Amino acid sequence: MTSAISVDALSRKYRGQLALDNVSFNVESHSITGLLGRNGAGKTTLLRIVAGNEFATSGKVTVDGADPATNDVVLRHMVFVREDQAYPEIRVGQALLVASWFYPNWDSALASSLLDEFNLPVKRRVKKLSRGMRSALGILIGLAARADVTLFDEPYAGLDPVARQIFYDRLLAEYADYPRTILLSTHLIDEAAGLLNRVVVLDKGRLVLDAETDDLRGAATSVSGPIAAVEEFCTGRTVWNRQPVAAHETAVVAGAMGDDDRARAVALHVTLEPQTLQQVVVHAARANATDTLERTNA
Amino acid sequence: MAGLDEGSALFIQIAERLADQIAEGTLAEGERAPSTNELSAYYRINPATAAKGLNVMIDDGLLEKRRGIGMFVSSGARQQLLDSRRKQFADRFVDPLIAEATRLGINTNELVALIENSNHTPGGTNS
Repeated sequence: MTSAISVDALSRKYRGQLALDNVSFNVESHSITGLLGRNGAGKTTLLRIVAGNEFATSGKVTVDGADPATNDVVLRHMVFVREDQAYPEIRVGQALLVASWFYPNWDSALASSLLDEFNLPVKRRVKKLSRGMRSALGILIGLAARADVTLFDEPYAGLDPVARQIFYDRLLAEYADYPRTILLSTHLIDEAAGLLNRVVVLDKGRLVLDAETDDLRGAATSVSGPIAAVEEFCTGRTVWNRQPVAAHETAVVAGAMGDDDRARAVALHVTLEPQTLQQVVVHAARANATDTLERTNA
Repeated sequence: MAGLDEGSALFIQIAERLADQIAEGTLAEGERAPSTNELSAYYRINPATAAKGLNVMIDDGLLEKRRGIGMFVSSGARQQLLDSRRKQFADRFVDPLIAEATRLGINTNELVALIENSNHTPGGTNS
């Protein structure tokens, strides 16, 4: 498949501080990609550069082969929903009207059905909306814009679980009917995991993981049982983490488990449990932190 | 991701769910299987993942594609599944059962007695 977004050796420096450090990855056209990482990892900076709101210090980003910061056509086919979107002194209905002028593929039927689903008051001033309602408005605009490239930056601050389910359901339905390229940053990894084709994980401005979601599921396994048995099971494997409790231990090992491994676990009386995507991402970020520490100490 | 677990590849779980339904007979031979978009909406998963699960079923010969209409359960799919599951039965269920029984000091006669006295006596025919 072709890349809709291409990030090449991208760095961004703020007052000597590297917010993005030589990041490269591609987002396939018509895929849903999760942009993951802790607060301050550089997710928002990256999205702002992709959206053309900010410039790279070095390296470059292209969207459909063009520089987003200078190409008006690309910008009109891209929607960026930010966590802290600021709106001028207008009402909800007016915000939607403005959006409908700007985005050439705007779907007003979808906009009004989402207004109902999210219970958004059309006449209320955007500034008077609660945090959750403002998030819902952002999501509504992001979906109804039907833009080729859709960027969501932590779109659901303050949204309750029911509203988040509406978001996931509508996102999937929209994506099925009108495929587009979606890049979504989120902390709610396990909740969103099923939606994602691919995940890109940043930590301290560096890319620490870029992989197909399906390859990551079960990419790590926790092994627990008596310390000696766990250690015997772990011999020759990559161990990410060890947590002993008295004579008992839980170790996280990399790699999927086959039938032989399971039989061995039964024989050694250790319990195997596949790790969730969220746990795999946490380990990847932690491995980067250790690595950074080692580099600093070297 | 309604009802799916986190640990293994989702497309494999999708294929396993469909295989379960065929083996149980709730998805009958000749019947239309759920589409990519139906599976995607139902399990709240990416349509590409759902399509991958359906492709596994096609590769295994359990589903067949009829162009323009959808995917249908192949004839003989149920028997094929039951045969392969019977083959795996010892590995997947009997061996772990014996391993745990040994750990607990339950001998073979006691184990047989437990199975015979179980409330869930096998109800199926021998076909």
